[in-house]
Amino acid sequence: MSNAGGGLIVDAIARSFNGQQAVDRVSFEVRPGELVALVGASGSGKTTTLRIVAGYEQPDSGRVLFDGEDFTRLGPAKRGFGMVFQHYALFPHMSVIDNVAFGLEARGVGRSERRQRAGSALDRVGLGGKGERMVQQLSGGEQQRVALARAAVIEPRLLLLDEPLSNLDPTLRASTRDELRTTLKESKAPALFVTHDQDDAFAIADRIVLLSLGRVLQTGSPEDLYDRPASRQVAMFIGHATLIPARRNGDAAVVTIDGTTHSIDLTSSSLVANGGMGAIVLRPEAVEIVRDDAGGDANNGWRATVVNRRFAGAGFVYRLRLDHEVVIDVASRDRIDAGQTVGVRITRPVPMVP
Amino acid sequence: MTVTGWFGGRSRSERLATLAALPLLLVLGWTVVYPNIAVIAGSFGHWREFAESPSDVEALKNSIIIAVASVAASLALGVPLAFLLTRFDFPGRTLLRAAALLPAALPPLVGVISFLFLYGDTGVITRVTQIVLGLKDVPWHLNGIGAIIFIHAYTMYVYVYLFVSAGLERYESSLDEAAIGLGAGTFRRLTRVTLPLLTPAIAGSALLVFMSALGSFSAPYVFGGGVRVLSTQILNSKLNDAIGLAYVETTVLAISAVAGLMLFRWLEGKRAYVAAGKGGARRRPVHSRLARIGLACAAGLIVLILVLPHLMIVLVSFAKDGAWTTQVLPPEYTTHNYAGLFTTNQLWTPIRNSIVMSVLATAANVVFCVAGAYLIVTRKFSGRRLLEILVALPWAIPGTAVALGLLATFNTNDIAVGKILLVGTFWILPLAYFVRDIPLVSQAVEGSLRQMDPSLEPAARGLGASWWMAVRRVVLPAARPGIVAGALLACVTAVGEFVASIVLYTHGNRPISIEILAQLRSYAFGTASAYSALLIGLVLIMALTARIAESRMQ
Repeated sequence: MSNAGGGLIVDAIARSFNGQQAVDRVSFEVRPGELVALVGASGSGKTTTLRIVAGYEQPDSGRVLFDGEDFTRLGPAKRGFGMVFQHYALFPHMSVIDNVAFGLEARGVGRSERRQRAGSALDRVGLGGKGERMVQQLSGGEQQRVALARAAVIEPRLLLLDEPLSNLDPTLRASTRDELRTTLKESKAPALFVTHDQDDAFAIADRIVLLSLGRVLQTGSPEDLYDRPASRQVAMFIGHATLIPARRNGDAAVVTIDGTTHSIDLTSSSLVANGGMGAIVLRPEAVEIVRDDAGGDANNGWRATVVNRRFAGAGFVYRLRLDHEVVIDVASRDRIDAGQTVGVRITRPVPMVP
Repeated sequence: MTVTGWFGGRSRSERLATLAALPLLLVLGWTVVYPNIAVIAGSFGHWREFAESPSDVEALKNSIIIAVASVAASLALGVPLAFLLTRFDFPGRTLLRAAALLPAALPPLVGVISFLFLYGDTGVITRVTQIVLGLKDVPWHLNGIGAIIFIHAYTMYVYVYLFVSAGLERYESSLDEAAIGLGAGTFRRLTRVTLPLLTPAIAGSALLVFMSALGSFSAPYVFGGGVRVLSTQILNSKLNDAIGLAYVETTVLAISAVAGLMLFRWLEGKRAYVAAGKGGARRRPVHSRLARIGLACAAGLIVLILVLPHLMIVLVSFAKDGAWTTQVLPPEYTTHNYAGLFTTNQLWTPIRNSIVMSVLATAANVVFCVAGAYLIVTRKFSGRRLLEILVALPWAIPGTAVALGLLATFNTNDIAVGKILLVGTFWILPLAYFVRDIPLVSQAVEGSLRQMDPSLEPAARGLGASWWMAVRRVVLPAARPGIVAGALLACVTAVGEFVASIVLYTHGNRPISIEILAQLRSYAFGTASAYSALLIGLVLIMALTARIAESRMQ
C-alpha cells in the first residue's frame, strides 16, 4: 500500500461470527490529520471493522498497521487510540470530570494535573462549568461531548467514533455535525468514525469508505462517491437516484426511453467501455421540468406524466413517470397537478455505472 | 377529619380503591402490625432480665457476628462464581451453572441434616478424611459459630450468585471496553468501574443474606453446640415459660433486623444510578490448556460439593434405621423408610398436615396478595403507600419473631382487645405460613402487573367491558406468571417451614419438619431422610412446574 509514512493502514482484514462473514477482506487507510467515515447499512460490517481497529476484536486474517507498526495483536489499551462508543459508555457512578480524567488516572497522571487537563478538555467541548455534574444529569448532546472529551484528553494517536450522532434528535444532529468536524479538526488527531447516515459522513468526513455486506464498495471523497460512483450499489446508497439503462458513446451516453433516444453528457466515462451497456445515475437536481412542451424532443427532452406531488418547503418534489419502467423525482417551484403531462430535460452531465 | 377527607375524596374511583383496601389493611393490621405491638407490650418489665442475662447478651452478639460473617462468606463465594460463569467459557460451565442453584432446593432443616451426615462427627466426609489422613481423632467438629457460618455460606451464597449474575447479564459491556481502552488494567477496571456498578446487586443480595442469617434458626438449633443466638434463645425462653423474656428477645431480634434493613437501604440510596444496559458481553473462551484443565477440575469439585448434600439425603433415605453406626457409609439398604411414610398412620399424618396447611395458606396468599397487588399497581388512593409497606413488612421480621407475635396475639379469646384463640388449634400454623409468605407472593404478582401496560385495563373498560370482565380477561392473564411463580414459591416454603412451626405446632398439626427433627432425635436417620428427600422432590417438582408454566406463557 502507498503512504507507509504514517497513519492507519487496514490491510485485508476479515472476521466471521458463527460462519457469517461479517468483514470480508476490508482495506483502507486513514492518513495523518484525516477524518474518514466508514459508511454502510446495518450488517455491513462497519462496527466490527471499527472494533478490530480499536483492538476489541481480533481479525481472522489481515493486518492493522499504525505508523508502520503492526498493531494486529496489540491489546486496546496499548494502541493509544481514543474511542467514543455508540451509547457513549460513560461511567454512571462518576462525575463528568472524573469520567474525563479516568484515562489520565489510568496513566498515573497526578490528581491536580489530571483535573486541570480534564477541565480544559471539557472547556474545549463547551462543558467547562459542568464538571461536577453526574453523567445522567446531562442531555444526550452533552453526554456525547463528554465522551468525546474523555477520548480526546488522553491525546490519542487516532480517534475512533462509533455512530457518534445516532443518539441525538434530528435538530441537534445537524448542528452537532459541524461542531464535531470542527472539534475533530482542531484536535489534529486523525479520526475514523462509523455511521449509517450519509449526511453525517458528507458533513464530517474528508474521505468515505463505503461498506456493504462486509466488503468495501468504494473509497473516496464525498464528491467522488456522489459524482463518480463505481457501481450501481454505490449510486443507490449515496443520494437519491434513479438508474436508467444506457449505452456509452464516447463522453456521452445514449439513452432510449419510450422510443425517444437522446445523448446525455457524462461526468466521467472510464467505468464502462466505449460502446458498452450500463446505466446513467439520474438525481433530482440534474433534471428539469419543461412546461407547455417547449422542451420538445430536440432539446434532450422526454415526455412524462405527473404521478404525485409533495410539498418540500423550497418547492415541490414531483414523481414523474417517463414510461412503464422509468420513474424519477424532480424538484420544481411550479405547481402542477397530478395526471398532467410535462416535458423533462437533463440539464447537466450525469455519472454512468456499469 | 371529614369522611370524604378520610377517603382521599378526589374521585369516586379513589374512594372505591380505598374502600377495597380497607379489609386488606385490617387483616394486615391484625396479623402483622398488632402481633409486633403485642410482643413489645409483653416485653415491658423484662428488659432488666435480658440485660442482666449473660447468655442473652452473648446471643445478641453471636447473632450479629454470624449474620455479618455469613454475608462476608456468601459474597466471597457468590461474586467470583457469578463472574466465572457469566464471563468465561470452559469445560463444565453448563453443569456448574445448573448445580450452582442446588442449595436453593434444600429446605432449611434438610440442609442442616445433610451437613450433619456429611461433615458431622460421624459424617462421611469427616470419616473419610480421618481414615485418609490416618488420624486418631476426628479432624473437626461440626459445631460452634464456624459450623453455622459454613452451612450459611453453602445455602445463602445462592442469593449473591443470582443477583450478581443478573447484574452482570444486564451489564453494559462497552463500559468495561471503555475502561480498557482508556488504559485501565484489570484491577483498576474491577475496582473503579465494574464492582461499583454492581453495587446495587451486591448490596441487595448482601441484605438478603444478612436477614436470613440473622433470623436463621435451624443451623444454630441443630449443631450450634453451646452457641446461643437470639432465635434459639427465644424458643428456649418460651419452653421455660419465661414468655416475657422471650418477648424481649423477639423485640431485640426484630429491631436488629430492621436496623440492618435500614442500614443497607441507606447504603444503596447513596448510589442512586442505573447501570443497566443492553448487556451484550460475550463469554470469553478460556484458551490456555492448563487453565482449561484447572477450571474443569475446579468446576467438577464444586459441583460435587454442591450435589453431595442432596445425594447424601437420598442415600440415607434408603439406609436401614439403626444399622449405620461406625461405618463410613450405611451398610444396609431398604425401601421401608419410604413405604413407612405412606403406610404408617403416625408417619403419614405430618405429610398430610403439611400439604393441607400449605395449600390453605397458599390459597389465602393468592387471593389476598392478588387483590393487594392489583390495588397497589393499578390504583392511586390514600393508604396505598401504607398497604405497600405492610405487605412487605413480614419479610423484615425473622420467622421466630413472627411466630412469637402470633403467639402473643392469638393466645386467648378476648375480642375486646382484638385477640382470639388460635394457639393450640390447627389454624395457627396455616396463619403463620400465610403471614410469612405475604411478601413473597405480593412481590411476584406486583412484578407481573408492573410489566403490564397500565392503559390496558382502561382500554378494556372503554370498549365496554365491566370491571370484572376487564379484570378477568385483561388483568389476571397479565398477572398470571407472577401468580403461578408466587404461589409455587409460597407452597414450597410452607411445606418445608420449620422456624415458626417449632414455636407454634401442636401434636395434631405437626408438620413434616417437626417430624424430621423427632425422627432425628430418635436416631431414625433413614426415616428423617426419606421425609427430607420427599421435601427436596417437592421443591424440584414445583420449580420445574414454574419453569414450564413460565415458558408456556411466553
